[in-house]
Amino acid sequence: MIEVRDLHKAFGEVRAVDGVSFVARDGEITGLLGPNGAGKTTTLRMLYTLMRPDRGNVLVDGIDAAVDPAGVRRRLGVLPDARGLYKRMSARENIDYFARLHGLDPATRTSCIDALVRALDMADIIDRRAEGFSQGQRVKTAIARALVHDPRNVILDEPTNGLDVMATRAMRAFMLRLKQEGRCVLFSSHIMQEVGALCDRVVVVARGRVVANAAPDALRAQTGAATLEDAFVKIIGSEEGLAA
Amino acid sequence: MKAALTVFWKEVRENLRDRRTVINTLLTGPLMAPLMFVLIINAAVTREFDKADKALPVPVAGAANAPNLIAALRRAGVEIRDAPADPERAVREQEVDLVLRIPAGYAAAWNAGDPAQVELVYDQSQRDAQGPVARLRGLLDAYAAQNGAMRLVARGIAPALTRPLVVAERDQSTAQARSGTLFGMLPYFFILGVFIGGMALAIDTTAGERERQSLEPLLANPVSRGGLLAGKLGATSAFALTTLLLGITAFSIAGRFLPTHKLGMSLELGLHFAALTLLVMLPLVVLLASLQTLAAAFAKSFREAQTYLSLLMFVPAIPTLLLSLYPLKTQDWMYAVPLMGQQVTIMRLLRGDPIAPYQFGLCFAATALAALLACLVTAWVYRSERLAISA
Repeated sequence: MIEVRDLHKAFGEVRAVDGVSFVARDGEITGLLGPNGAGKTTTLRMLYTLMRPDRGNVLVDGIDAAVDPAGVRRRLGVLPDARGLYKRMSARENIDYFARLHGLDPATRTSCIDALVRALDMADIIDRRAEGFSQGQRVKTAIARALVHDPRNVILDEPTNGLDVMATRAMRAFMLRLKQEGRCVLFSSHIMQEVGALCDRVVVVARGRVVANAAPDALRAQTGAATLEDAFVKIIGSEEGLAA
Repeated sequence: MKAALTVFWKEVRENLRDRRTVINTLLTGPLMAPLMFVLIINAAVTREFDKADKALPVPVAGAANAPNLIAALRRAGVEIRDAPADPERAVREQEVDLVLRIPAGYAAAWNAGDPAQVELVYDQSQRDAQGPVARLRGLLDAYAAQNGAMRLVARGIAPALTRPLVVAERDQSTAQARSGTLFGMLPYFFILGVFIGGMALAIDTTAGERERQSLEPLLANPVSRGGLLAGKLGATSAFALTTLLLGITAFSIAGRFLPTHKLGMSLELGLHFAALTLLVMLPLVVLLASLQTLAAAFAKSFREAQTYLSLLMFVPAIPTLLLSLYPLKTQDWMYAVPLMGQQVTIMRLLRGDPIAPYQFGLCFAATALAALLACLVTAWVYRSERLAISA
């Protein structure tokens, strides 16, 4: 479970995150929805302790990120916005590197990687060098690398960004599978259908603040809009910034 | 600690797969510098000796005016040639190194006992001409002195009377020390090799990692940044150290082919030299690796990092330049200055001069302290929030 309480983060004069609070529960997919520049990535970066909040707390399974950042990172699987691989290493070596950094023993590493290869259908690329991977192959490898330590909580920053239709569908199926395994899945997106189809709960962020926090159906009902997109536009109160 | 080792082995393995890095570490860094150095020295020494041994060709204008002088020069190994029509122009345009002109009035002046004049036409700014000019002038002076003495004897005066003062030179430099002045550049070549050897990794593990967007995922692992940095610094140092080892080995072998015996010099190139050079360079390897990592950590891209490091590469040249411009007497404080300490120590080792253990220790400790400081500063920069953000 991930709890975020009143997060603030400013870069100079710009208040990127200005009082964000929400809870992402186990066995649920929580979507962080917002226009570009709303503060989604900055919020997630504070969750996986890359940045320190100016104010507010992050709790992962009850552990305070300010007190035990390494403990928080151990309980998180993170697919950041930046998802570069080491091109001179094979997919397996890329994943194994992160498994070692998590301190997994050799037997666990082998079994975890094998399980991920099956789940992500990447047997054909696992022993190829990452140089020349397609976008979809890169994302698969990056996800396997992020989840190799079998974390309870999974954070995905725009996971379907740049993927084609088939890869996007596979990604959605994989996220549902993570949910069925009882994990807490938190992902950011600006794609309406994706959020509508996947999420148990939507947290809408605009200008660094949470402007709505409910199930997708409830959001539509609240605003009286026919589609989630219309609801979203009504919630953030303008049409600007809707690049999706 | 375990994480640092994981990072270390991953960086080493990954970079061994990069052909350019391997060539820089195993070939360019260690071999180019010492080999180029040996070639240059070899060529310079051989050229000097060729000139000294060979007959000296001298174009002479008006040779018929002084048959005795010409005969004396011939006996001394001068090959008399016909002078070009316009000696001044020929020298200016570097067609010949020098021309000796004997004016028509030479014989008359000689016979009258007046100073007879000969003209030496040459260009002082031509390095190549300096040797022949000095040789010819020496021969002419000797001829003049010999004939002067004979004239004195003919008048019943002891020639010694005109030489109230005689200078006898007693050169105190040892054979090793004489060769040492030639080899002042060598420590710089070793340091440069270390720099080149570590450069690719320093960039790849910091700015490169950021540019290919793999730094943020890496930092999401439950490993302290100090641990990550330790592994990266270790890998950079390991590559630089490999370069140094190969460089010292290459020089120890190639140095034996130097014609130092022709100069009556000898170099200490044994195991003693190799081991102590390695030891004194060890902290410098770490210092340079962490300075390179620090500089590259500030860079946003690979290219920017390369620019910073190329500028940083001039820093090791400073003590070498200073010592060659102002040949200071070796003093204790020099050992305490990183880079300069190594320069002085390696020079003395090469020359076979004694180094007190405390001087050696001072050099090692001072550089090690500087390396530790550089590592701490780099670690501090590494903990900053801005470092991680790729975009």
